Amino acid sequence: MEILVLVKQVPATESMIAIAGDGVSIKTDGIKFVMNPYDELAVEEALKIREAQGGTVTILSVGPAKAAEAIRTGLAMGADKGILIDPGDLTIDGLGTAKLLAAAIKPLSYDLIVAGHRAVDDDNFQVATALAELLAIPNISMVIKQELADGKIRCLCTVEGGTKEVEAPLPVLIAAQRGLNDPRYASLPGIMKAKKKPLETKTPADLGLAAADLQPLVKVKALKAPAERKGGRLIEGDSVQAKAAQLARLLREEAKVI
Amino acid sequence: MTQQVLVIAEQVEGVFRKVTFEVLSAGRRLAGQLGGSVQAVVLGSGIEGLAAELGQYGAEKILVADDPALADFTTEAYTNALAGLVGQIQPAVILLGATTQGKDLGARLSARLNAALATDAVGLGVDAGQVVATRPMYGGKVLADVVLTGMPAIVSVRPNTQAIEAAAGAGAVEKAALTLGDLRSKVVGKQFESGKVDLTEADAVVTGGRGMGGADYSAVEALAGVLGAAVGASRSAVDEGWRPASDQVGQTGKTVSPNLYVACGVSGAIQHLAGMSSSKVIVAINKDPEAPIIAKADYAIVGDLFEVLPALTEEIKKIKG
Ligand SMILES: Cc1cc2nc3c(=O)[nH]c(=O)nc-3n(C[C@H](O)[C@H](O)[C@H](O)COP(=O)(O)OP(=O)(O)OC[C@H]3O[C@@H](n4cnc5c(N)ncnc54)[C@H](O)[C@@H]3O)c2cc1C
Ligand SMILES: Nc1ncnc2c1ncn2[C@@H]1O[C@H](COP(=O)(O)O)[C@@H](O)[C@H]1O
Repeated sequence: MEILVLVKQVPATESMIAIAGDGVSIKTDGIKFVMNPYDELAVEEALKIREAQGGTVTILSVGPAKAAEAIRTGLAMGADKGILIDPGDLTIDGLGTAKLLAAAIKPLSYDLIVAGHRAVDDDNFQVATALAELLAIPNISMVIKQELADGKIRCLCTVEGGTKEVEAPLPVLIAAQRGLNDPRYASLPGIMKAKKKPLETKTPADLGLAAADLQPLVKVKALKAPAERKGGRLIEGDSVQAKAAQLARLLREEAKVI
Repeated sequence: MTQQVLVIAEQVEGVFRKVTFEVLSAGRRLAGQLGGSVQAVVLGSGIEGLAAELGQYGAEKILVADDPALADFTTEAYTNALAGLVGQIQPAVILLGATTQGKDLGARLSARLNAALATDAVGLGVDAGQVVATRPMYGGKVLADVVLTGMPAIVSVRPNTQAIEAAAGAGAVEKAALTLGDLRSKVVGKQFESGKVDLTEADAVVTGGRGMGGADYSAVEALAGVLGAAVGASRSAVDEGWRPASDQVGQTGKTVSPNLYVACGVSGAIQHLAGMSSSKVIVAINKDPEAPIIAKADYAIVGDLFEVLPALTEEIKKIKG
């Protein structure tokens, strides 16, 4: 089984996000960058499949040179090799990212692509599904369980108010949702081994893409801080009953939400 | 250049999701700014009877894409069906709900049509003839105004963020001609919990965190019952195995914007706040007056949730009569 995994490096979720002076990007100094949490699920699932069926796990990431760290984390977890696509100075949107990945993947042979269902920085929910379209393969999103048999995959997926099962023939792209697995940590020997595993870097030009092919269709005009929530009212009262009655009254008369 | 806004209606088992009416209403307001009109398309199987309802929210024309292969959503079949229709209609804007299916469909369509996509928009407007969407990034820690270039511009709209406005002038219903092509993926099973209010669409959400102390959520469920609310969980409660991952609210869970959010035994970690801070009114019930959630809440009761919740449930029952 040849498995490709899509990994993005993102600010750790505990980061405080501040807007940079240009008004369209965030301040990155002091921020810890990690593998996107959903992509950890993707790497774990790929490793499990390889352990059961054999094959190789290749990690692909689009990002600056620093994003190689996220690939190394995946290699330390147990993946076999990595490909970093560094767009250099180009500003790339979600669709552009999918185009770069598609160009890198087209010459490869693969049975399965595993991604996260969203990257917690841009929250685009786009790259994985768009990539499947560009590769003309089916995609299955929000996967919490999968089963491979007879050249097909069958996935359990979360939807509003329940779950559904979707089946598709390989090659296919699946996108991981929380619940799929518990990602392993990179072990110390794993980290040592990862340093020697192959990691190639490619530029858009290496992939036959020019700036014009990657022109972003979505441009950030301005970033704004969301309205700050002011601490509200602490409900006082002599008893729990009195506090509860007071709160119920305020929710009806003042907040008008019940 | 036409200035059509095409709204993709979402129905599940023959019932429109509420977000469909929100998106239609937003579509009408956007069409007003663009000097165009709104068409809606509904996809499914045996759904002709549903279509007329969309006219009540200002759709001038309603296309019905009815085919057994569209009975259950798959990204592939719905993208194939829509790509053909978009080719005929040439809309300037495509709007849909940022639901599980809407996000997936928007992404695949963006690649098929080489079109700009803004996912999970909470605001929508036009500036110098271009669509501008406001969307949360970094789990809602930042809001971005993004400009969408080219045609069509695709925007998926977050549930519960757009006012629903009824509008007269029921549109003509038309059956759409479809080419679905070879379909490889198919839905082979589905399970719905009946009567369960979905977190992302609920008007009210009551969440239990690690302070619940165990898998017994009856105190939270009782309050949710009187409020008609959905029940959520913090990641800690999910990690403990008390609640399913699909109940998780936060940066790596669901984002919710209900009118009322009641956080019980939740400390208010930054990842949790990311998923719920756009709620209109936040109530916190926590025994620790220093818990960060207290500083973010509109109303807070400091106390033991196992005492406060039953009392609050009784009082709300009384008020609601
Ligand atoms: C990559 C990553 C992603 C994450 N994503 C999410 C996410 O999506 N959503 C999320 O929620 N978290 C997320 N987290 C976890 C987050 O950092 C917090 O650990 C988590 O939100 C804490 O959950 P909690 O508030 O239920 O528990 P705690 O922080 O343990 O808080 C429990 C609270 O309950 C109160 N309490 C205890 N007993 C009672 C009682 N009897 N009555 C009243 N109050 C009581 C305590 O005072 C305390 O404030 C993420 C973390 C990481 C690293
Ligand atoms: N720059 C990137 N490099 C590699 N994979 C990515 C990149 N951006 C997004 N992805 C993949 O696509 C998924 C969805 O991301 P997004 O569309 O940005 O929300 C992520 O979980 C990754 O698996």
